[in-house]
Amino acid sequence: MGGNPVSIPFGEGSGLLPRRSGLFVFAAAAVASGVLSFALDLGPFVWLLITGLIGLVTIAAWSLAVEGRRRALDRVMTVAIMEVFVLALVPLLSLLYTVVSEGLGRFDGDFMTSSMRGVLAEGGGAFHAAMGTFIITAVAAAAAVPVGILTAIYLVEYGKGRLKRAITFFVDVMMGIPSIVAGLFAFALFALFFGPGIRLGVMGSVALAVLMIPIVIRATEEMLRVVPTSLREASYALGVPKWLTVLRVVLPTALAGIVTGVMLAIARVIGETAPLLITTGSIDSLNLDPFDGRMANLPVFVYEQYKFPGVPPEAYVERAWAGALLLILMVMVLFLAARFTAKRYGVEIRR
Amino acid sequence: MNLTEEKKEKEMLDPQAGPVAATIEPPAGPARSGGPDAQAKRIDTEQLNIYYGDFLAVKDVTVEIQPNRVTALIGSSGCRKSTFLRSLNRMHELIDGARVEGSVLLDGADIYAPSIDPVLVRRQVGMVFQQPNPFPTMSIYENTAAGLRLNRRRLKKTEVDLIVERSLRGAHLWEEVKDRLDEPAGALSGGQQQRLCIARATAIEPEVLLMDEPCSALDPIATLAIEDLINDLKKRFTIVIVTHNMQQAARASDFTGFFNIERSGDPGQLVEIDETEKIFSNPTLKETEDYVSGRFG
Repeated sequence: MGGNPVSIPFGEGSGLLPRRSGLFVFAAAAVASGVLSFALDLGPFVWLLITGLIGLVTIAAWSLAVEGRRRALDRVMTVAIMEVFVLALVPLLSLLYTVVSEGLGRFDGDFMTSSMRGVLAEGGGAFHAAMGTFIITAVAAAAAVPVGILTAIYLVEYGKGRLKRAITFFVDVMMGIPSIVAGLFAFALFALFFGPGIRLGVMGSVALAVLMIPIVIRATEEMLRVVPTSLREASYALGVPKWLTVLRVVLPTALAGIVTGVMLAIARVIGETAPLLITTGSIDSLNLDPFDGRMANLPVFVYEQYKFPGVPPEAYVERAWAGALLLILMVMVLFLAARFTAKRYGVEIRR
Repeated sequence: MNLTEEKKEKEMLDPQAGPVAATIEPPAGPARSGGPDAQAKRIDTEQLNIYYGDFLAVKDVTVEIQPNRVTALIGSSGCRKSTFLRSLNRMHELIDGARVEGSVLLDGADIYAPSIDPVLVRRQVGMVFQQPNPFPTMSIYENTAAGLRLNRRRLKKTEVDLIVERSLRGAHLWEEVKDRLDEPAGALSGGQQQRLCIARATAIEPEVLLMDEPCSALDPIATLAIEDLINDLKKRFTIVIVTHNMQQAARASDFTGFFNIERSGDPGQLVEIDETEKIFSNPTLKETEDYVSGRFG
């Protein structure tokens, strides 16, 4: 044994490319297209495209010559799929880069701790808006999460026949409600009781809850469905009543998934602008009571700073970017928390 | 399965080896009066017809299942022996549209009487399933105590500890897990998980233990460990076991019932039941003989 592998003539080429040849090819392609882009003064995006193209063609030709058609096709597909993935990442990275680079300018202690009260030009901050976003979203979640989880439990564990079909249908409908319509609904609802022109933090919460409920239902439903029937049967066979089985066996097994779903639902609505614009209004000072008057929040803060700048406009635009950065960070923290819970408390479900 | 586990399972098979042998006789539980060998309950079915909606799945079963004996149900795939088994603790009716006609008597009391709560039936007639199904969110200890805890019986920690130890010993699992009771149940091997499920089922002191092909997902060594255990459990419980494995029925049971089905789509029927020895050596019916001698099925 040992030595060079004997090449057996299985039809076309039966050699193998050296290890990490793909990496090597792409490094060379990057250098080559770098020289080309520099010479012709092309941008980084064009450089990326040329690198991908050169790399793909080179690896295809090399592999075809050495390894034969089947392996070459495998390499081409692998490389092509990875390149498309990188392409899909470009907008995301570009967005993150822009927000971070523009937002860092005003992302300071002052921005975090002060409101816009009495601020006419430079200075000021988004403390009031961040607190508003936090409160509005928390109230929305407090309303939507129990409703959503209980509905999902009904649909998966108890629901039968017409009522179940009707609820499933209406959840689908709710899923498709445009966010501005949810905002108008909340506005109309409160206007009925308090007259037109009413603006409250809790109105925004109602609008967000309307958007959250179907997401929570869908996520929870999905997680409850993957809990194996055998676990329910094991519990029934121990003489445990159905409601206790749901509470003590089914829910704990699905818990990590449900928590992840809830966090993703929160992340999904936390950046909603349109419904908040017409329900919470905007205000320059801190308001912590969702039941009393207008309440600032980050999306609307960003919108107003950018759309209605004062003098000098740079101060307002910088605040808008910093607000956007803060919002992205909040969403990211939620996503990370969701991933962490899923990993830490997740139960591997065998099907 | 790693080496140490394998060794442990082998030890279990040899009653001379290891400390397991000393503790094979589990102490009596407070739940059952009359000492460890108190008589468990018998089951009689009378003209039991089992339906899925309008489809008759099992036809006209009248059988007496003796207390403190192992009754094996054999028969080819799809002959509804599991369906019959699940009707004995009202698990069958959990499927939409499933129902039964006729009666199932647990020591003379009809478990299908309208006033009877299926939950209470299942506390007396426990079940072990084909796939080991410990609760993945719970530790080994919590799994064993699940029946007690979930039924909200107010028990002191020390009492629960005692029952957990007794059940795990009774399931021949204690020596293997006593140092890691807090580990998740999913960390055990398949055979250990199945014995854990048996411990869980016996912890609530049922009268009858139904076993639905409890060894079909296990390797031969784990299978022997379970058969060994079944032989031991019949001192305390009435056992009904469904199996595909005729050797298993021959080895582990006192009575054997043969289920058959004429053609696919026909209802399954219990064609013959007798002492295991008789079924395997000198059955009354030709079809039983054909089946146990491996001529079909």
